[in-house]
Amino acid sequence: MRFTLNGREVGTTAHPMTRLLDVVREEFGLTGTKEGCGEGECGACTVLLDGLPVNACLVPVAHASGREVTTIEGLAAHALQRAFASEGGVQCGICTPGFVVAASTIPADATDDEVRERLAGNICRCTGYGGICRAVAAWRAGRPRTAPADAGSSATE
Amino acid sequence: MRAPVTSFELVRPASLQDALALMREGGLVPLAGCTDLYVLLNAGITPGQRFVDLWALDELRGIDVDRGVVRLGALSTYREVMSAPAVVGHLPMLVEASRVVGAEQIHNRGTLGGNIANGSPAGDTLPVLAALDATVVLASVDGERRVPFTSFYTGYRSSVRRGDELIAHIEVPIRAGRQWFRKVGTRAAQAISKVVMAAVRSDPPRIALGSVAPTVVRAWATERALAAGATLAEARHVLSGEIHPIDDIRSTAAYRHQVAGNLLERFWRDTESAR
Amino acid sequence: MPPTVGISVARTDGLDKATGATRYVDDLAPPGLLHGRTIRSTVPRGRVLGVHLDFDTAGFTIVDAHDVPGRNVVALIADDQPCLAADEVHHAEEPLLLLAHADRRRLAEAKVRIDYAPAPAVLDPALSDRVFKHLHIAKGDVAAGLAEADVVVEGEYRTGLQEQLYIEPQGVVAVPESGGISVFGSLQCPYYVQRALCVLLALPPEKVRVVQMETGGGFGGKEDYPSIVAGHAALLALKSGRPVKLVYDRAEDMAATTKRHPSIVRHRTGLARDGRLVAMDVEVLLDGGAYTTLSPVVLSRGCLHATGPYRCANVRVDGRVVGTNTPPNGAFRGFGAPQTLFAVEAHMDRLAEAVGLDPLTIRERNALRPGDTTTTGQVLGEDCSALDVLQAAAARTQFRERWARLRGTGRGLGLSLVFHGAGFTGSGEVKLASRATLALTPAGVQVRVASTEIGQGTRTMLAQIAAEALGVPFETVDVAPADTAIVPDSGPTVASRTCMIVGRIVERCAERMKATLAGRTPADYLAAHGDLVLTGQYERPPGLDWDEEHYRGAAYGCYGYACDVAEVAFDPDTYEVRPVAFTSVHEVGRAINPALVRGQIEGGTVQGLGFALLEEVVVAGGRMANAQMTNYVVPTTLDAPPIDVVILERPYPHGAFGAKGVGEMPMDGPAPAIVNAIRHLGIDVREVPATPERVMEALCGSR
Repeated sequence: MRFTLNGREVGTTAHPMTRLLDVVREEFGLTGTKEGCGEGECGACTVLLDGLPVNACLVPVAHASGREVTTIEGLAAHALQRAFASEGGVQCGICTPGFVVAASTIPADATDDEVRERLAGNICRCTGYGGICRAVAAWRAGRPRTAPADAGSSATE
Repeated sequence: MRAPVTSFELVRPASLQDALALMREGGLVPLAGCTDLYVLLNAGITPGQRFVDLWALDELRGIDVDRGVVRLGALSTYREVMSAPAVVGHLPMLVEASRVVGAEQIHNRGTLGGNIANGSPAGDTLPVLAALDATVVLASVDGERRVPFTSFYTGYRSSVRRGDELIAHIEVPIRAGRQWFRKVGTRAAQAISKVVMAAVRSDPPRIALGSVAPTVVRAWATERALAAGATLAEARHVLSGEIHPIDDIRSTAAYRHQVAGNLLERFWRDTESAR
Repeated sequence: MPPTVGISVARTDGLDKATGATRYVDDLAPPGLLHGRTIRSTVPRGRVLGVHLDFDTAGFTIVDAHDVPGRNVVALIADDQPCLAADEVHHAEEPLLLLAHADRRRLAEAKVRIDYAPAPAVLDPALSDRVFKHLHIAKGDVAAGLAEADVVVEGEYRTGLQEQLYIEPQGVVAVPESGGISVFGSLQCPYYVQRALCVLLALPPEKVRVVQMETGGGFGGKEDYPSIVAGHAALLALKSGRPVKLVYDRAEDMAATTKRHPSIVRHRTGLARDGRLVAMDVEVLLDGGAYTTLSPVVLSRGCLHATGPYRCANVRVDGRVVGTNTPPNGAFRGFGAPQTLFAVEAHMDRLAEAVGLDPLTIRERNALRPGDTTTTGQVLGEDCSALDVLQAAAARTQFRERWARLRGTGRGLGLSLVFHGAGFTGSGEVKLASRATLALTPAGVQVRVASTEIGQGTRTMLAQIAAEALGVPFETVDVAPADTAIVPDSGPTVASRTCMIVGRIVERCAERMKATLAGRTPADYLAAHGDLVLTGQYERPPGLDWDEEHYRGAAYGCYGYACDVAEVAFDPDTYEVRPVAFTSVHEVGRAINPALVRGQIEGGTVQGLGFALLEEVVVAGGRMANAQMTNYVVPTTLDAPPIDVVILERPYPHGAFGAKGVGEMPMDGPAPAIVNAIRHLGIDVREVPATPERVMEALCGSR
């Protein structure tokens, strides 16, 4: 199976029903995507599949075939990551990659309530979500309103 | 991942026709968005050894309106359902039900057909489809078969779908009447329903509930009672005879009984001015 | 040199975590790795009649109790817990057998069949006669006090099991090396693990290296349990001669590892007509699960906080922690205090009602003040801020006025006042004799402590303390990994002690180093004199005396104080209680890094809201029946209101730069504040989680 992984064309001979989570972590050594539950509840395994956040623990790698997969390592979201790091959005860090990937698709004009709703599929046990919401708000405040949210483009950074 | 996925077989047909031929051969478990299946596999529960991948079958996608009927492809994701103009315009409670299934990541992968095929008593879209008098369109090599949604389930996680059939489309007629939906979950997001109710204030009203019986319940007797002018207290009493909730790890029978009755009253009062 | 203490400097590890660069245990893949798996009991109690390996054992490493080179115990307090069960099991999920294989699929498919002769299991703590610890604390004459009181109010309050649910499950990689073992783990206390391994493996400390990996949350759940995971991985590694990775998946972690002790607390309280507390008689019962683990200390802390931050001349606290045939319980943020503070604070609002006072007034009348004595006779210093936090929270939320106005509107307002002793109880810190080392580097200094970063910001906070005390820029301070080969034993990262106690050792050591430098830069000093490595040790502050036998004296060096105000909305159709606003005032001595302190308060408060409303472990047949994140629910972004945080400072002279502790106190207030808000709605709930089912029962009489 061939697919685009963080902008690069790659191939895998993994069994088609292998979880995308295991393929990115073990075959490609991209360990930023984490396994927290194996049930699609915690969101720590969030990756972008054709630009949409999904739980990689619930995706067979066959469904990535011919598609674009973006993990935390390939996300051009430096401003968002800096905001997480400086606004109290990070404590133990295990949920952080999942949150950053999910948050990277939130449009600039989303309200605070909409932000919380978009991030409801990511569980944090450390922060109580206050620092995370402040980080996303700080990032949104610094973003141009006219440019669409595009996780793969560095122009919005 | 506890299931031995590398010992499974995954067949990937290129067309619906090919998929249906495989289904006729038998012994294959269909998979689509995998948001239910992979939870089972991760837990080591294996529904089968051979799987057929429906994900590439674009014939099962698409949402449109035709002659007063909204037609949704079985592979429509919750995201697609929530944002389709036909659904937003005509089926607001299907938008609402889709919004409260799981969360963002599930919306991008979970499908309406999957919710129906999984047949959980707690499926959030199922009361909506029941109350809207939807039709399930089943496909096989023999052609299409239409089944009223309210006749689709025969028991706990069982339906009239034959082993060689796939859910292809869901058809929902556009009818008058204010739509009302409420899910009572274990928390504010990413929750399994403890009680879920969908209703339409039409004449007669149409009322369906989930998580209160082994399958989704269409409360026919309650509808008739209300149409005949019963008081809310009387209608509550009729409803309590139509549902059979249990105690389980998430809630209690008594809670579900009481809350179902409360939701019935709330629906009736909320939609009073919309008659 | 600009100050760094008191400044919210950005945490040093934030960007690496946000980019996914930080590596945790499961990200390790040393060559030749075997994967480990634990075979566990499926009955809560019984004899093991036979173990059958119904699989092809080629390529497998198999370990049972007979393979233990040393003592088959998890060395902690009572040493009553085997590392691997042999002939008997005392709880479901008890580990019996370990398997390792290079192929994870073969490992997962291996079928092990165990025959048991089941024995009757004791699952109700009230029916248990196995007492791990009994405590009796007395002050004054409680019988006389009750007799004299104008009003006596009784009540029973309950809390259940709570799962820590760190998002990174337990895991360890064990690597055999030259007659010893190195263990890389997700853990809070590297020296606890080292000690347990030395006992299990009959190895001296020089042969047992424990390295804390970046740890994805602990909350106490990784205080003692990692000793078991490490022991298991080490046994497999030593027997196979290969590195072994043992990582739990979520279901195993939830079902098998330690939880918060369930509690039943009974109060019988005598009041004067004006609301003054005249006598407090408290009984505490905790469920310890099958083995002792940390239960005696949980009971101790629970009992010492059982009367709340109030003055009362006549007190009796009688506490027991007992054994049941359930997985052993252990440490979880708060460690007994959230349970007993829930009870006393829920009881206080009923006391208020009994004498016609509002919840604020009765607390103002009884709150501890500087110079008062606690239940154990400890005289409180000027840093006692119970009234300060209470009045600050009341003013900020306009509590009295809104409490009156919201009555009957479908909104409830609730208050709780709590305190939390920082550091180990009694003479615990003296026994720990914690040490910290500072090593001068060309740019600045390296801090070497066993205190672990588990999200709370240890590395950043200790670097700030070292920088300020030594007089070097924050950026020049390096904190060594928590590796027993490098760092001294600073004691465990628990009990809200890392900043106050270990930070203080670092501070004083840095002061000594500064004096030695005598104005020279580190580079100049090193060039002139060579290495400078100083080690400091805990020194008990003057006046801290503790009588362990009679439970009298200074139970803790100091107490932090907090006041929470919760506003809830009630849905009469579904009986759901939703927190819509929450204010939390915490007095923490000194906020070394206010942003990190705020993070602890917000995070602990939301965990406390989960304890109050959502988190229920369903037990069936002695095991957790809802061991999935789908069914054991913790707060999401939509369940957590924004938390309004106020930080007050009343410096404690013997804490680092005046700091007290803050890690656990945020867990104490939310549950009673919520239950008191529910009471304000007119609903009498005395148990958490206050699920809609329980609220409905309290309101309608049926569940």
